[in-house]
Amino acid sequence: MASLAFDVSHLLAGGLVLLSFMLLYQDRMYALLNIFALHAFVLSLSIVWQAVIQDAPHLYVTAAISLLFKAVAIPMALRRLVQRLNIHRTIETVVGIGPTMLLGMGLVALSMQLMLSATAASDPLIREDMAFALSIVLLGLLMMVTRRNAVGQVIGFMSIENGLVLAATGARGMPLVVEISVAFSILIAFIVIGIFLFRIRERFDTVDVQALDRFRGERQ
Amino acid sequence: MSVPPFDPVTAVLAIPLGAAAILALLPGYRLASRINVAAAALTFLAALALLEARPTPGRFFFVDDLNIVFVVLSTFVGFTTSMFSAGYIAHELDTGRLTPVYLRFYHAMYQILMFAMNLALLANVIGLMWVAVELATLTTVLMVGVYRTHEALEAAWKYFILGSVGIALALFGTILVYMTAQPVVGQGLDAMMWTVLMRQAAGFDATLLNLAFVFLFLGYGTKVGLVPLHAWLPDAHAEGPTPISAVLSGLLLNVALYAILRFKMLLAANAEAIAPGPLMMTLGLVSLVFAAFMLYRRRDIKRFFAYSSIEHMGIIVFAFGVGGPLANFAGLLHMTMHSLTKSAIFFVVGHITRIKGTQKITEITGLTESHPMLGWLLIAGVAAIAGLPPSGIFVSEFLLVSSTFYQQKLLALVLVFGLLVALGALVMRLAGFAFGKPVGGMEPSRMSYAPIFLHLGFVFVAGIYQPAAFVAWLRHVAVLLG
Repeated sequence: MASLAFDVSHLLAGGLVLLSFMLLYQDRMYALLNIFALHAFVLSLSIVWQAVIQDAPHLYVTAAISLLFKAVAIPMALRRLVQRLNIHRTIETVVGIGPTMLLGMGLVALSMQLMLSATAASDPLIREDMAFALSIVLLGLLMMVTRRNAVGQVIGFMSIENGLVLAATGARGMPLVVEISVAFSILIAFIVIGIFLFRIRERFDTVDVQALDRFRGERQ
Repeated sequence: MSVPPFDPVTAVLAIPLGAAAILALLPGYRLASRINVAAAALTFLAALALLEARPTPGRFFFVDDLNIVFVVLSTFVGFTTSMFSAGYIAHELDTGRLTPVYLRFYHAMYQILMFAMNLALLANVIGLMWVAVELATLTTVLMVGVYRTHEALEAAWKYFILGSVGIALALFGTILVYMTAQPVVGQGLDAMMWTVLMRQAAGFDATLLNLAFVFLFLGYGTKVGLVPLHAWLPDAHAEGPTPISAVLSGLLLNVALYAILRFKMLLAANAEAIAPGPLMMTLGLVSLVFAAFMLYRRRDIKRFFAYSSIEHMGIIVFAFGVGGPLANFAGLLHMTMHSLTKSAIFFVVGHITRIKGTQKITEITGLTESHPMLGWLLIAGVAAIAGLPPSGIFVSEFLLVSSTFYQQKLLALVLVFGLLVALGALVMRLAGFAFGKPVGGMEPSRMSYAPIFLHLGFVFVAGIYQPAAFVAWLRHVAVLLG
């Protein structure tokens, strides 16, 4: 059981990192949303598995929130938004796909090196989980940096949150307060983002953040 | 049914929350702004009650010598800002920049922000503190975007993106702290409580704790506005309503700083962990020098003072990085004085931009001639923030420079250099604001000057005379900080 527990959580967490890479190079809006939904789905599987092996029933709540909000509701809402705004064409990226992927690999190597050496004394399961979680967080940051589009940045931000939830559920016995609050904050964050996207649409004809950048800096 | 005894901790949290609910439902700005002031005043009184009868630490909330300084300061500035806001907002309604619906939203958000800040300061659970800081971030994002102009939306979006990245890094650090504590303290809530963590920190795994601190410092450092991560701060200050600029500079930056200080204490309690000092000193000095130079190139008055906030947060982080009783004392004093002075300056700036109808520095001149009271108050405020005697900031900067000379001579040179560069920029701009030929709007200001007098009065009195009890208390906290 011990080795099975390790293998399955390793598989799921590794799958999340792989999906993060897919988010990184995806250049079509709908595909991006689909992969994000899959990301959230794999995350909820991983949480369920943690609930089983840690014998922590409260984690099922976290898994359900993750599944319902992040794998179903939010991608659907974003899809409608994309349709309404008619922005389903390709997404502009700041850096090319090749260099982005290389950077991503570098970040994953960095986080493995950092976490595995820092947590030498801990349980191997927690070590692996934390190393993967940090990789997902860093890949999400990279995605936010390389996307010009507001929807792309939002997805990047939510994949960071997924990484954090993975870390929080991997750490044994972390109090429930935190998990629920994390889920809540994602919800709130989404509402905020949603409002912003609609407001931006009211004022401009684009959600391309670069269009907003014209106003950056000092007003003359 | 018996009446539950008066509990200041509950009051400090429940009053803003209740007021937010009422204000969200109330139409009519006159009554709403009065309720806003009354709620802020009651919260301040409840915070003062904490000084008298300090409750025993509970599972979720606790009060100790460190956070009580922050709570009293933030409820006080929250109260005076609500007074300023009442006058300011009435005018925004007249000119149509805000509609009554947005005004309702604004007042409710103001109280939720107060609640979130008090929650972050009083929380005993590191996860709860994180949630509160996130809530404070979200409310300020909405407030910054409340005018819904191009610039305001861009500022809010930028603030939101950078703020959430910071908050995400801080959460990762928080989880790492839990992982560090869990083998020693055991699973569950205990491994996230300050009171327990501080007692048992000596047994924690030092490597993991170091890593956690780096994440926490970068995460909460984004909210403090330290330089590589500061990009959101000038925009958010310039585009939001002026009372929010005052609250951001005076309070929210302090709350993030408080989080960093707590985790620094945790590291200090563990003998094997790295000293966080060099990291804090480096980023503090970089912020100071960078912001001091950036002051010369500003064209917008609110942006100008926002960069001055970055500069001062740099000084404060540097002071706590140097460490030792004297530098910590200087840091605490500087933090208090900066909060009071900077919010007073934003009150004055609020009056000025309202009269002149612009934020452009070139269009604000000759204030001492057209509006003597405002002009001289601005001179007093800028003199205080520049660290000229007899302001309280002069005292704290003097203490910091002398203690740095004692410990790190070379760094003291950089510190003095940064302070002088900033002084030059402030004096140069002040000459333009205060003297010369007045242009633009000439109508007198109808708003109350009371909050400005109150703040600047404290700052200048503190430069000359500080009550013994106040000094003893700051000294005690400075020792606690290590």
